[in-house]
Amino acid sequence: MGILSLTIFLPALGALLIGAIPGLGARFSRLIALAAAALPLCLSVYMFAAYDPAAAGFQFEDMFRWIPSINAGYHVGVDGLSLLLVLLTSLLGFISVLVSLKTEHRPRAFFAWLLLLETSILGVFSSLDLLLFFVFWEIEVIPMYFLISNWGSGRKEYSALKYVLYTLFGSAFMLAGIMGLYFTAGTFNLPELYQAGLGLAAQSLPLAAMFFLLIIGFAVKLPVFPLHTWLPDAHTDAPTAASIMLAGSLIKMGGYGIFRICLGLFPDQAAHFAPLFMALAMVSIVYGGAITLRQTDIKRLIAYSSVSHMGFVLLGLFSLNYIGLTGACLQLVSHGLITGLLFAGAGILMHNTHERHIKKFGGLARQMPVLAGVFTIASIGAMGVPGTSGFIAEVSVFLGAFSAGSVTGSMMFTIISLTGILLAAAYMLTTLLKVFFGPAKTVFDSVADLSRLEKFYCSLLIAGIFLIGLYPAVATDVLEPAIAPLASLWGG
Amino acid sequence: MNWHFILPEISIAVSAVAVILADIAKPNRWLSSTIAVAGIVTAAVFSFTGDYSQTAGVFNGMLTIDGWSQFLRLLLLGVSLGVLVASTGYYQKLEYVWAEFNALSLFALTGMLLMCGASDLISAFIAIEITAISFFIMVGMLKDARSSEASLKMMLTGGIASAIMLYGMALVFGATAGTRLDAISLAIAGMPDSSAGLLLGMFFLLAGLLFEAAAVPFHMWAPDTYEGAPTPVTLYLSAASKIAGIAIIARVFTTAFSQPQNLSADWGVVAAVISALTMTLGNVLALSQTNIKRLLAYSGIAHTGYMLIGISVLGLSQGSAGQASLLFYMAAFTLAELTVFSMVIVITRHLKTDEISGFAGLSRRSPLMFALLSVGLFSLTGLPPTAGFMAKLFIFTGAVQHGLMWLIIIAVLNTVVSAYYYLRIIKAMWLDEPAETGEMKPGRGTGVVAVVSAAAILLLGIAPYLLLKLAESSLLIQP
Repeated sequence: MGILSLTIFLPALGALLIGAIPGLGARFSRLIALAAAALPLCLSVYMFAAYDPAAAGFQFEDMFRWIPSINAGYHVGVDGLSLLLVLLTSLLGFISVLVSLKTEHRPRAFFAWLLLLETSILGVFSSLDLLLFFVFWEIEVIPMYFLISNWGSGRKEYSALKYVLYTLFGSAFMLAGIMGLYFTAGTFNLPELYQAGLGLAAQSLPLAAMFFLLIIGFAVKLPVFPLHTWLPDAHTDAPTAASIMLAGSLIKMGGYGIFRICLGLFPDQAAHFAPLFMALAMVSIVYGGAITLRQTDIKRLIAYSSVSHMGFVLLGLFSLNYIGLTGACLQLVSHGLITGLLFAGAGILMHNTHERHIKKFGGLARQMPVLAGVFTIASIGAMGVPGTSGFIAEVSVFLGAFSAGSVTGSMMFTIISLTGILLAAAYMLTTLLKVFFGPAKTVFDSVADLSRLEKFYCSLLIAGIFLIGLYPAVATDVLEPAIAPLASLWGG
Repeated sequence: MNWHFILPEISIAVSAVAVILADIAKPNRWLSSTIAVAGIVTAAVFSFTGDYSQTAGVFNGMLTIDGWSQFLRLLLLGVSLGVLVASTGYYQKLEYVWAEFNALSLFALTGMLLMCGASDLISAFIAIEITAISFFIMVGMLKDARSSEASLKMMLTGGIASAIMLYGMALVFGATAGTRLDAISLAIAGMPDSSAGLLLGMFFLLAGLLFEAAAVPFHMWAPDTYEGAPTPVTLYLSAASKIAGIAIIARVFTTAFSQPQNLSADWGVVAAVISALTMTLGNVLALSQTNIKRLLAYSGIAHTGYMLIGISVLGLSQGSAGQASLLFYMAAFTLAELTVFSMVIVITRHLKTDEISGFAGLSRRSPLMFALLSVGLFSLTGLPPTAGFMAKLFIFTGAVQHGLMWLIIIAVLNTVVSAYYYLRIIKAMWLDEPAETGEMKPGRGTGVVAVVSAAAILLLGIAPYLLLKLAESSLLIQP
């Protein structure tokens, strides 16, 4: 078993231990959870260091036969994009364990589900076999359902069920698409599929039909307007740790799937339908941003801002050129860090003040100066201020989309989408103003600021945001070999 | 005579008689159970060790012992063992008919085993009737109003179904002058054109057989019967008799009606349409159920629909594809039913209600039972990493290969619908406040059955090839 498989399955092993040891106390389940989340983080940092950007193809591969009669294998491996997302997921996984150390309500079950969730997301990002990919994709539903429905707040049961049904609806189509692919090419193996291509093979379905079946599944997860309505509910009602995983890492599966499967295997269909998806991206950005402006609940606000920000990912992906794709990939990582930080901050804010309504806050910078700082940094990241990862990602997306000569109307879509930046500035700044500035309220006088632990994990995320923002090469160097061959499909 | 071919069936029938005789001599709960279990174990030993090299056409073609029937024999023996062990958790309510319950289960098992091997219309009919009559009695064993109503309903509709089936057999015989399945196939091959009588016969035959598997539009008996019957009998009906029903449809149609190709493709398409109706109706009607046994009845109907996809693939491929995945599906479904129902037996007996609301707070009252039941329900939903997912995957892949993409889209959307009502049970157990607290214990027999089958579900979900290999390597139905 290689280092990558170990990274994927360590959290699941932790979950198994927590679940299976009879009479395990809360203290020990915390320790096991910490270990099972910290080790994968160390391993993925090591993989990041050991990754060789000069070598082509996938690295740290593990492969053996799984179901020979349908030619499915256990095959995992990472390229630059997978690697960054694995790193992001293990970082956020570790942080969400730290965030929930104080969980009092059924801590054993909580940590078990959280770790299982991490395994399934890591599995999605590293699977090189479509069936394995789909299995990991589906497994994720179960822990998320339990996390939201039991440890959430508000209409948690409704939101959890809605989440499950939306996801299953999307993956139902995806499964049909994967089968279509399988009967066209005779394999589930992604590297083989890339090599052979689909163009000449006898097709079990029209390629465009397969493309759409697959992309529906990914579009639900990303989410793309009009399939986004599960997201605000799920994010808002989930417990902080689950919100961090959901917004930071899980919805990236959608963008990753489009990159890896829809663009990688269907270049002609992608080019043909690119205007449609650019238009949808534009609607997601503008509509998502406009709705965000009107939110009064702090978590719901961050959730809706994700709809808008994921629109940038879609815009970058379907600009079908090197710079746009790079921007989209950077946005996946950068949004993970920024939204992770926002949700972590919102979690602390809500926990310490017992309040989530934006209008009830005010002047908190006086009582919680550190949190105000953290929130400000996250907000400038979300607005795309230079120096943060959000800036470099969004600029690349817009440059790519604007110069996407092969896509009809790309300039118009880009220009309208640019208002998304303006909207982001508007909602982030007004939120900052309303919550942290202005006259201080005496009700919050005794509210505690960040503890040492909270400072620690917030600074991890802040470091990531500025590292990519100030020295983007740290990410683009590993992304380059993953993106260049794809971009060359459309001539650059 | 080649008696040794049916030694498993004989040992089951003998042990059934032995249970009754022993009960006359010395009524004892453990004696009845021991004889019954011993009979099943003996039959399993015979099935494993027997020499079945000369497979087709024993007893003048009445029975065929091939890989298909061998696989199903072992599956049915396993299920029956599970049912008998799990039913010990229901002993209090069946105390006064315990020996009869065990004996009739074995008689039903004899019938079902013969159903899997029957290769003549006459032996098929006899096997079906042995099974059905045993079940009529078992369903009514509680002797209360609901149980009697369930039994009567099943008997009346079942009687009509048998009559229709018999009429169909007569028409087929009239058209082909044969009752042996291979003789029918030869006669059809010699016909210049398929006659109206033959098609009508096939139609009635299918209708009668679909009753056994509870497919739409012959499913109406299932919910009432499942609800009124003693829970172990419900389990037996849904896990075993449904399998036997699907098995005999597969055998009769692939053997007798696989030539010429357009005839085979015709019933393949008919099966596809019935499959779409069955799973959709089953799932939609399950949505509003509040009684756990009725809900599982509708969910079982939906699963009949999924299995009919496999039948449809058999038709479209003239029996050359899809057998292994159908066998795998049957095994996965059976395991899930065993897990779920053995827990339902314990819970409903403990709470004295069949309502789903009674399951509230189970995750706190017994984490183990909650975990087992969840594994079973996730497998029925078809979520990985359970056997149910792999089973659906194999069935679906076969169907896509034979141009049934439209059916697969309907099927996967049905899976989403089914997730809703399975999750409702999980939600009740996981979130709702229990009416009474206090620990609940799974019970010895039921607990063992549930643990073993849940473990098998997870094992087959992660490494499906362990069983699929076996299904693929068996010598299957020879068209």
